[in-house]
Amino acid sequence: MNALLAADVPFAVPANIAFGIGAAFMVFSAIKVVTTKNVVHAALYLVLVLAGVGLNYLLLQAEFVAITQFLVYIGAIVVLFLFGIMLTRAPLGISDDLDNHKARPAGILTAIIVLTVTAGSLISSFGDDKVAFRASNSVAEISDSIFSTYLIPFEVVSVMLLAALIGAIVLARKD
Amino acid sequence: MLINQFLLLAAVLFAIGVYGVLVRRNGVLVLMSIELILNAVNINLVAFGAQHAGASGQVFALFVIAVAAAEVGVGLAIVLLIYRNRRSIDLDQLDEMKG
Repeated sequence: MNALLAADVPFAVPANIAFGIGAAFMVFSAIKVVTTKNVVHAALYLVLVLAGVGLNYLLLQAEFVAITQFLVYIGAIVVLFLFGIMLTRAPLGISDDLDNHKARPAGILTAIIVLTVTAGSLISSFGDDKVAFRASNSVAEISDSIFSTYLIPFEVVSVMLLAALIGAIVLARKD
Repeated sequence: MLINQFLLLAAVLFAIGVYGVLVRRNGVLVLMSIELILNAVNINLVAFGAQHAGASGQVFALFVIAVAAAEVGVGLAIVLLIYRNRRSIDLDQLDEMKG
């Protein structure tokens, strides 16, 4: 706790407060996404989680990724989910058959095991390490990196987006 | 600001997403849980990227966002196709592959 409050960067205290509030909202909304009985509410809680992830990017001084998160996820992907909900005529009110009740104990057990193993290994390997903020947060350096070091992955991603576009059209059109 | 606070938050989100994938029966809700998992991984990438000079972590996070967008597009098209063929997107009823 003392390590958490130690002022390693000038903005540490307000940043930690923002992180705490954001983390509480995110965990609550994420649990609601996987437990709520209303499909549309699940999509709207997903917006809160995605906005919280964007807040975390801002706290990590990754502004460009944060803006991309807001544009792509909240602007596009959530709308796509709402389209999917409407087009599959999902029950818009409360419905009880969204969950597989037999799988719930196994799901809770698996989630707890995953969380215990990852959290244990994270705490034992990183302990009280501070965020170093060594990464550049300038858009110029990110774009330099994309168009020089990661040029081939970038081209592959664009081809993959084209393939996904054509694939989605081929799958979803009626004929 | 500890690096572990971001990593542990990502671990919690990841575990919640795994629970959603295992327990949800509605195809669209399973895709939402997969989005939770991908976002948890993205927080990890940006947090680890902050420990190193250069912009590699953020570039990889951008790639993951692009891949997630493509995944949602194709995934929802598949769910729509299942709905059109079977009038239901209950994943428990898709058991033709069961021996």
